[in-house]
Amino acid sequence: MTTLSPTSTTPRLTGPAGRPLKNHVSVSQTIRHSFTMAYRGLLKIRRTPEQLIDVTIQPIIFTLMFTYLFGGAIAGSVADYLPLIIPGILVQTVITGSVVTGTQLREDMDKGVFDRFKSLPIARIAPLAGALLADTVRYAIATTLTLTMGFILGWRPGGGFGFVVLAGLLVIVCAWALSWIFAFFGVVARSASSVQGISFLVLFPLTFLSNAFVPTGTLPSWLKWFAEGNPVSHLVSGVRDLANTGAITGNLWLALLGAGVVVAIFAPLTVRAYMRKA
Amino acid sequence: MTTSSDWAVEAHGLVKVFGENRAVDGVDLSVRAGTVYGVLGPNGAGKSTTISMLATLLRPDAGSATIFGHDVVKEAQVVRQLIGVTAQFASVDEKLSATENLIIFSRLLGLSRRDARTKTTELLEEFGLTEAASRPLAKFSGGMRRRLDLAASLIAQPPLIFLDEPTTGLDPRTRSQMWDTIRRLVTEGSTVLLTTQYLEEADQLADRIAVIDTGRVVAEGTSEELKSSVGESSLQLRLASPTDVAPARDLIRSVLGVSAAVSPEAGRITAPMTDPDRITDLFVAFRERGIHLTEMSVQKPTLDEVFLTLTGHGVDADAAPADGAAAAHTSPKESVNA
Repeated sequence: MTTLSPTSTTPRLTGPAGRPLKNHVSVSQTIRHSFTMAYRGLLKIRRTPEQLIDVTIQPIIFTLMFTYLFGGAIAGSVADYLPLIIPGILVQTVITGSVVTGTQLREDMDKGVFDRFKSLPIARIAPLAGALLADTVRYAIATTLTLTMGFILGWRPGGGFGFVVLAGLLVIVCAWALSWIFAFFGVVARSASSVQGISFLVLFPLTFLSNAFVPTGTLPSWLKWFAEGNPVSHLVSGVRDLANTGAITGNLWLALLGAGVVVAIFAPLTVRAYMRKA
Repeated sequence: MTTSSDWAVEAHGLVKVFGENRAVDGVDLSVRAGTVYGVLGPNGAGKSTTISMLATLLRPDAGSATIFGHDVVKEAQVVRQLIGVTAQFASVDEKLSATENLIIFSRLLGLSRRDARTKTTELLEEFGLTEAASRPLAKFSGGMRRRLDLAASLIAQPPLIFLDEPTTGLDPRTRSQMWDTIRRLVTEGSTVLLTTQYLEEADQLADRIAVIDTGRVVAEGTSEELKSSVGESSLQLRLASPTDVAPARDLIRSVLGVSAAVSPEAGRITAPMTDPDRITDLFVAFRERGIHLTEMSVQKPTLDEVFLTLTGHGVDADAAPADGAAAAHTSPKESVNA
């Protein structure tokens, strides 16, 4: 314990844990802080498991619902619809799950604890990075559950286990990329409910105006044009190709390219807006 | 000679403007290391905003501040290594338990997994939170939350601790516990800068006090200096016989040279006490004239009176025309700096 007395010897000031004072945070510290913040995110999930409803119950219900609702009408039978719908539901569920990143970030930033984070000598970016990191766990849960549901309903993907895992990873990567959009809304919006509002406005056209649930063949030409250009469609096709036939196609690369573009645009925007507030 | 680290806080002309509102309008503060400094002011006076700027949470719009000689803007990250902040609203994670909160803050401060655990146990013990350690904070009382908040600020044993209204909303017992904790921190060598709306709290804890109102420091000094700046003590007498009132007043005028006030209840006299030395003369004169007293007391001005006089919100609230922020620099700044 350092004793500070104004009259005696000048105290030697050190940072926490006796480290010398430094005015910058190193890369390794930044990574450590981000992982600690991600750990915090996971602890919060464990404390409030109801947060996971959108990535646990929803994939089960949606898979059941859409499969039996559309199966006969769209593909002639449930069994024929499964290879189409499971990748579609998978993409839709996981991407929907990424909206939560934004709302939770907003809620977090409004709370008192955020003031403490700001007063700590940690990397400014850590709370944001931690949130984005922790949410990949949510995507993994949603992915596993949807794929398992598909398997239970009788889906036997031709690509085999390895390619199904690869397809799952592809979805998680793309959802993570999209979560930057919602994180951006989370940083700039005034309230958590407005984040949710804006996010769903972006999300619904993206996920439903795609080939996730129906083949695009019957769509009016303008809609077809949108649905086929939609990066979500490429993602869905990429997942179908991987899981059902074990093929790595152009769709996969287009989906990854789309994800890359989103990150390239929204990561700097989000970080800049975030740092201004942090 | 003073070296930079003799001063825990030095702030010059801090300004923070929110839209039209000059929340902090040119605040100067100097806090000597190893002391408790109280920033006293009513709600909305700019106390929290000042703390936020000193704690690197807000960027000052003008002015400068250093913490142990380190600039709060240019060396923010260094400053953050030297301070602990307990904000007005509990800055802990509501959804997590006390243990989880402290572990996460410890880890963020660079403690190893094992050290974080040891430190957490230690602090929980110290703040009487061991029993409740694994409960989620939603079930914590206001006092427990405050204690946890303070514990979280002490993990890194920072040399300077900011406490923003540490006892607002606490019951008297919890408040005195908090006061004991703050006193202990200082004996352990920390510097404490606290804000409060409670005059008693500043009086009890702070070595020096700055009275702040509408974003400006209106007075600064020890609590004694502040009290004497407002007025001298007064001598209060109760006479045995009401008929002695008139001769007693004459004596006070001739011996002390001041005019005494007679309170409505007959036989009570209040006289300003400018020179305590002359009181003996007065009492001798009373005895010679056969004037008997039933009660004698000396009333010092309370900080309440100081506060009201200085901020002008009190007894003689001045009805000066509010010419707004335009005349920002014409404010009378009463300095009682010895």
